[in-house]
Amino acid sequence: MTSIFKTFMLATTVAAAPMMLATTASAEGEKYILVSHAPDSDSWWNTIKNGIALAGEQMNVEVEYRNPPTGDLADMARIIEQAAASGPNGIITTLSDYDVLSGPIKAAVDSGVDVIIMNSGTPDQAREVGALMYVGQPEYDAGHAAGMRAKADGVGSFLCVNHYISSPSSTERCQGFADGLGVDLGDQMIDSGQDPAEIKNRVLAYLNTNPETDAILTLGPTSADPTLLALEENGMAGDIYFGTFDLGEEIVKGLKAGVINWGIDQQPFLQAYLPVVVLTNYHRYGVLPGNNINSGPGFVTKDGLEKVEEFAGEYR
Amino acid sequence: MSDAPTQFAEDERIKTRSKFREAMIRPELGGIIGTITVFAMFLIFAGDSGMFNSQGVMNWSQISAQFMIIAVGACLLMIAGEFDLSVGSMIGFAGMLIAIFSVTLGWPVWLAILVTFAIATAIGALNGFIVVRTGLPSFIVTLAFLFILRGFAIYLPQTIERKTIIGGVADAAEGDWMAALFGGKILTGLFQWLGDNGWIAVFERGTRKGQPVVEGLPMLIVWAILLVIVGHVILTKTRFGNWIFAAGGDAEAARNSGVPVNRVKILMFMFTAFCATVFATCQVMEFGGAGSDRGLLKEFEAIIAVVIGGALLTGGYGSVLGAALGALIFGVVQQGLFFAGVESSLFRVFLGLILLFAVILNTYIRRVITGER
Repeated sequence: MTSIFKTFMLATTVAAAPMMLATTASAEGEKYILVSHAPDSDSWWNTIKNGIALAGEQMNVEVEYRNPPTGDLADMARIIEQAAASGPNGIITTLSDYDVLSGPIKAAVDSGVDVIIMNSGTPDQAREVGALMYVGQPEYDAGHAAGMRAKADGVGSFLCVNHYISSPSSTERCQGFADGLGVDLGDQMIDSGQDPAEIKNRVLAYLNTNPETDAILTLGPTSADPTLLALEENGMAGDIYFGTFDLGEEIVKGLKAGVINWGIDQQPFLQAYLPVVVLTNYHRYGVLPGNNINSGPGFVTKDGLEKVEEFAGEYR
Repeated sequence: MSDAPTQFAEDERIKTRSKFREAMIRPELGGIIGTITVFAMFLIFAGDSGMFNSQGVMNWSQISAQFMIIAVGACLLMIAGEFDLSVGSMIGFAGMLIAIFSVTLGWPVWLAILVTFAIATAIGALNGFIVVRTGLPSFIVTLAFLFILRGFAIYLPQTIERKTIIGGVADAAEGDWMAALFGGKILTGLFQWLGDNGWIAVFERGTRKGQPVVEGLPMLIVWAILLVIVGHVILTKTRFGNWIFAAGGDAEAARNSGVPVNRVKILMFMFTAFCATVFATCQVMEFGGAGSDRGLLKEFEAIIAVVIGGALLTGGYGSVLGAALGALIFGVVQQGLFFAGVESSLFRVFLGLILLFAVILNTYIRRVITGER
């Protein structure tokens, strides 16, 4: 019996050590929790972690980042419930699946926690769950802003390379771009699929049959990278107007080479940083912006590449 | 330790032990010690963080109940000497079937649930059948099913709905008696009364102002308790329970003494699949939808809970109560670390340490019990 007791005491001491460390690390200020839907393996969210760390430091508040390790949204719902139970001043969360997350978020709001929705979901859904505001990139608006920009550069027709047509947000991007240009979307959007070879050949085929196309819009690295190859093959690279959503290694190279005119960055840094600042000021001085905040589109061009490269993976 | 005389004392073949030692030395002892330790730790370090108010308790209880449901199945299967690595994928797959049957095909929810249970237990039986027929390690066979079932959980909604998440089950399940069995809440009156008396938190604003934040006991927890009781009774009070031990302890010897080892093993695979489906059904009913990536890594979480609870990986030894306590420890630690404000990426470090301690402690206790060296 005595040795069981010894083992037990030893275990207790070892297990307790990190907790003692942890309790000394808490700050004086308000406490906020950011809950994301991303699995541990998703590196895009590093920017978010750095963003809240910086905001927490500057505003002198405590911000914690939590996510379901495997990206399981049911686990995320439990994390939101848990976050609400620990009584923070505010919760910043994504709304990637309204069905699963709206219940826990509404319960958090009703139990007196202020919530800001970031990154995913829509401004309408954010209002629905009773959040203070929505900070993110509304896809239609981003597409529309890009369309206006292209119109100013003299574009009149375009090809939208859609690699995830099953998701409504992708179509919103293309539709917004068409409306920004002031033309009909019609059949200027192609369902390219996800396979790089197929994307490349469909772009080539489209440009063969429609050689008068002024511009190309791709919706992310998945469709941008093969499109770059296609343009190299048919000699249109650098000649045709080319814009894309999101940034990636090949896209940055394309920007540098002058093949891509601009990339649309949804600026995750702002999605993390601004909610912390907004909540802190709301709790300290009772001030709140009267509108949702669009973190994007942030247009990245050849001139702005320096900062993007310098802070890639950290703040960009 | 003096030996208390018992009625068997005359028989020299039976070793006598004191009543206290009898009561103390049991397979669940490690789990009991662990549970007391963990609760003591969190009471000290997170006592005022909301972990022990009504929402906090409900939060870690639900997480623990989830682990418990799959741990009971994994525990009995492990005692019977086999593994099931397809539990997590089965959760995703079964949830997806319910969503497809009820939302896409428009079946009544009770029928969708029953058919899903039938398909899931049939797959469990197939798992078991392949294992006993081929003599391959169940580790390998169920690893194959981990991929097969996960693949279908992604493929089916993709081809049928062009999505990986199917929602709308909540609307389909409106008023369905069987949906309530998995997604409902009981004792709501009691919780309302507790809230009215100010003993548990109530909503401060919104449409539910004045209602308790924790509105009732979720069926998830009821299922967990039910499965633990049923599993414990089968294992310790029935002949079939002895067969489970025998099948995992020494299958050949068990066969020679007339235990239907193959049938026991196949039944245990079916039961594990059944438990995974209970988990999936509760989840789908609660969140109103199914996702292709639900249940990732849950098989290992079940195994961890079982091992913390004192079962042997090699079979033939373990206890359902221990597994339930293991699940409780697991759930409390996982959520408690958040409450205690520990950097959440350290959670795995803790889990690893606890697992290590539990196994060392359990090994020692087992040696005392069985007299092995």
